[in-house]
Amino acid sequence: MSTPALTPDARRRLYRQMLLIRRFDERALELRAAGEIDGVVHPYVGQEAVAVGVCANLTQRDRITSTHRGHGHCIAKGADPQRMMAELYGRVDGYCKGKAGSMHIADFEIGMLGANGIVGAGLPIAAGAALASAMEGDGSIAVCFFGDGASNEGELHECLNVSALWRLPVVWLCENNGWATATPTAEGLAAEGPSAFAPAYGIASEVVDGNDVEAVFEATGRAVASVRAGEGPVVLEARTFRMLGHAYRRVAPPEVRDPPLLDEWQRRDPIDRFRARLITDGTIDEAAAADIERSVSAELDDAVRFASASPVPRPEDAFEGFFASAAR
Amino acid sequence: MRMPNSTCSYDAALLDAVAEEMRRDARVFFMATNPPRPLSEEFGPGRVRRTPISEAAMTGMAIGAAGSGFRPIVHWGNVCFSFVAFDQAVNQAARIRYMFGGQRDFPIVFCARYLNGTRSAAQHSQTGYALYAHAAGLKIAAPSNAADAKGLLKAAIRDPDPVVFFESERLGKTASEIASGEPLVPFGSAAVRRSGTDVTIVAIAYMVEEALAAASALEEHGINAEVLDPRTLVPLDTDAIRESVQRTGRLIVVDESFPTCSFAAEIITSVVEDGATMQALQAPPQRVCTLPVPVPFSPALEDHVLPGAQRIADVARSVVDRVASRRL
Repeated sequence: MSTPALTPDARRRLYRQMLLIRRFDERALELRAAGEIDGVVHPYVGQEAVAVGVCANLTQRDRITSTHRGHGHCIAKGADPQRMMAELYGRVDGYCKGKAGSMHIADFEIGMLGANGIVGAGLPIAAGAALASAMEGDGSIAVCFFGDGASNEGELHECLNVSALWRLPVVWLCENNGWATATPTAEGLAAEGPSAFAPAYGIASEVVDGNDVEAVFEATGRAVASVRAGEGPVVLEARTFRMLGHAYRRVAPPEVRDPPLLDEWQRRDPIDRFRARLITDGTIDEAAAADIERSVSAELDDAVRFASASPVPRPEDAFEGFFASAAR
Repeated sequence: MRMPNSTCSYDAALLDAVAEEMRRDARVFFMATNPPRPLSEEFGPGRVRRTPISEAAMTGMAIGAAGSGFRPIVHWGNVCFSFVAFDQAVNQAARIRYMFGGQRDFPIVFCARYLNGTRSAAQHSQTGYALYAHAAGLKIAAPSNAADAKGLLKAAIRDPDPVVFFESERLGKTASEIASGEPLVPFGSAAVRRSGTDVTIVAIAYMVEEALAAASALEEHGINAEVLDPRTLVPLDTDAIRESVQRTGRLIVVDESFPTCSFAAEIITSVVEDGATMQALQAPPQRVCTLPVPVPFSPALEDHVLPGAQRIADVARSVVDRVASRRL
């Protein structure tokens, strides 16, 4: 199945969205280092092509589950950076009213079923969303973002198995960034990559360059078309790299990976690559690229202004939202 | 369709409750490794889903489906099997409504059976309700008879929050009269099973039967025991428990669970934390729990460690006698 070619406008939108994710996370890290926000931030820097290339194939009715590294998935699915930033600030206008912070942003209205603090936990939830789509019969699908680290979890095998048995409309989207926190994938996974499991369950799979947004878009387009057509689940493994540390509090974590590896992936930066391609083929010029940069920066200025002006929750708000109906 | 005010077994009442609610609401569906044949026959494989033995997957799928507009019932089989899915139950089902700022309700029923007293040994014989009560975010039902089993399960299926619904294997064949129509039992409403004046015996689920037998025996010793059935543990009807204790001045809690951090301990705490009830106490409250070991297989040993009418009566007499001697 072929994917319609991206129009120049669509390619510019993908580029801007990748840049927005990159700059959002850079801003979040600055705010964290400055003590403006608290808690822990897991930057998505380096993996932007995956979320953007995948979600460009989805509609608002399609549902995704995310990981602890969820900012990119949120933005790519259409979340509002202002409300995301307010959540990082722990304020009442955050998506989760300050109950979630950076690691658990969700927006059910746009089909973003939550970033999740437990590795592998999104897998069964995505299978359930796919089951809902199947029972609804409305043509919607689910996409589960998970990492190579989650491929070591039993939940992946349970979910591959049941999704194949029930032909659930789900794309299992592994972002293989090579490192499960501080452990290289090869030291945690006997298979070459998570996609190697798929044939055992009779599931179609594909490995794609996760640092090439158009390659991700096209591969996901094929997967989504097959899943929507009722052909059952697909495993898509996007090979990518986390360019920054696993998790940041006020002080950056020590870098455990070798400098040559970091340099190699720096040269494959998905945003640099895509910008160069867009400039080479005349889709944008340097001036247009600078305009996009400025507009992203302004959008994030607005987000920070909105977030820092949002009220701090009152102590009694701690009790809000626990149960839907009385439980005490 | 059952006749008005029919007599029905506990197990049949549970089945009726599910079937009636599935007829009433097309969004209710059922998942289990071995679904009951009558349900499968009436509703078909789309709504009565035979799952692989994949507790984490089925638990998480219920969450994903509930967050996508459905009302799943998952029968875990034995509660001990649910521990394989502990992340999905505790980190996910119990947490995500609150953590996501109340964006969505998660109307899920997890049914869980425990086999205490049926020679099933340690890995099938533990109640688990204190564990799940402690998870913070799950409602807990533990019916003691067929009528409540039906009324509470129907209420659980309609509840907007996740409920863990405990079934005591030893009650399965017991029967009681069930009112016609919609015999819903509201959560958080205890029932007085036997009125008395000398001691309050709070008993959970099957332990109500043992407590009633103990109360009959105590009557021969001139002790008039009140037996109170909380019916739901979350929410807990603390008002009813305190009111009863204020009248009798003595409290015994019967819970066929390991005593440390048991629900019996919680009930006693809820009484002694209340000044008025504490003042009314004429003797220290007592737990009557499983003796502090895992449940052993050998019938001689199991009968020794589980609470029964004899031990309940002995403790009740000691509590009442202690007061009598103190008064002398």
